[in-house]
Amino acid sequence: MALRPEHEIHTRRKSLNIGVGLMLGGFVVLVMFLTFAKITSSGFQIPASVGKGVGEQISTEGSN
Amino acid sequence: MTDATNSQSFEKEPQLGDYFALMKPRVMQLVVFTAVVGMLAAPVSVNPVIGFASILFLAIGAGASGALNMWWDADIDAVMKRTINRPIPAGKVTGQSAMYLGCALSGLAVMMLSLSANLLAGFMLAFTIFFYVVPYTMWLKRSTPQNIVIGGAAGAFPPVIGWVIATGSFALEPWLMFALIFMWTPPHFWALALFMRNDYDDAKVPMLTVTHGRRSTRNHILAYTVLLAVLAVGTAFSAIGGWIYLATALVLNLLFLKGAYGIWKRDEEMSEADNFAVERRFFMLSLWYLFAHFVAILIETILKPYGLGGW
Repeated sequence: MALRPEHEIHTRRKSLNIGVGLMLGGFVVLVMFLTFAKITSSGFQIPASVGKGVGEQISTEGSN
Repeated sequence: MTDATNSQSFEKEPQLGDYFALMKPRVMQLVVFTAVVGMLAAPVSVNPVIGFASILFLAIGAGASGALNMWWDADIDAVMKRTINRPIPAGKVTGQSAMYLGCALSGLAVMMLSLSANLLAGFMLAFTIFFYVVPYTMWLKRSTPQNIVIGGAAGAFPPVIGWVIATGSFALEPWLMFALIFMWTPPHFWALALFMRNDYDDAKVPMLTVTHGRRSTRNHILAYTVLLAVLAVGTAFSAIGGWIYLATALVLNLLFLKGAYGIWKRDEEMSEADNFAVERRFFMLSLWYLFAHFVAILIETILKPYGLGGW
């Protein structure tokens, strides 16, 4: 027996909820592939400020 | 919300397909197809993942504008036979849900297109949604018989956005594709208005057939078709044209002109005698007309690397 009985509205909306869930999952996967495509494209550069920040952090760790 | 209100409010539970129908899937097909042609015809190649994602977000934006259109036009849709089964008049989805869906998806699509392609593409999509929803749907559709002409512009932007996705800038060629759809829209819809006349009369939408009469509509169809033919054949001599496109344009525009002339020389009595057979044939031809022109542009683009497409 389930710890909390499923509400009737969940049963009625089951197909809608599954559909929305699959679309959201698909969206996450698409954004992931899009990110890979962007960062592996030839014109991609790490923004200067971010690059500098990373470098500073590494050097600080080294001095400690 | 209590259990009682839940069961009352959701007697007819909307399904995913009802929300999808709000996004006008047929219009989305045209948007996707013309945008893909615009993107591939551009002289810059696009990463397939970025291209796929960008076209998907463009389609979502187009669908969102369709949902907002259905929300605003629910009163008209409930009167017309052609639209009475749409989700809102059919009682499957509330108008408010359509409005929320349209607004949320518009924001998502514009933001994601800006990120996946470029800011100009995102801006163009935002402008297209705005143009379709505010000036066309909310204002001009119910106030001028030129509604179709102006509304046609919104449907003509996708190939331009497709081109901008690839290049990040404008050129003459995408605007030729824009002009092709823009000039095609009025004869396409006016032919529909001729044989679906009671629909627009009942809904009190000021279609040209209602405000200026059916004779004037027939004249307008012929005039626009002549201008469209000049434009469509002229496009053959641009960078997106070639022999295949020229041959396609010549054949289809001859057929289209013949159809428009057939509509022009008929009167109501003749049309009613055969249940608007010529008008219906012209409408069906108009669907193939646009599709074939864009397929021809696509073929020219595909063949170019092999030295066969273009001039």
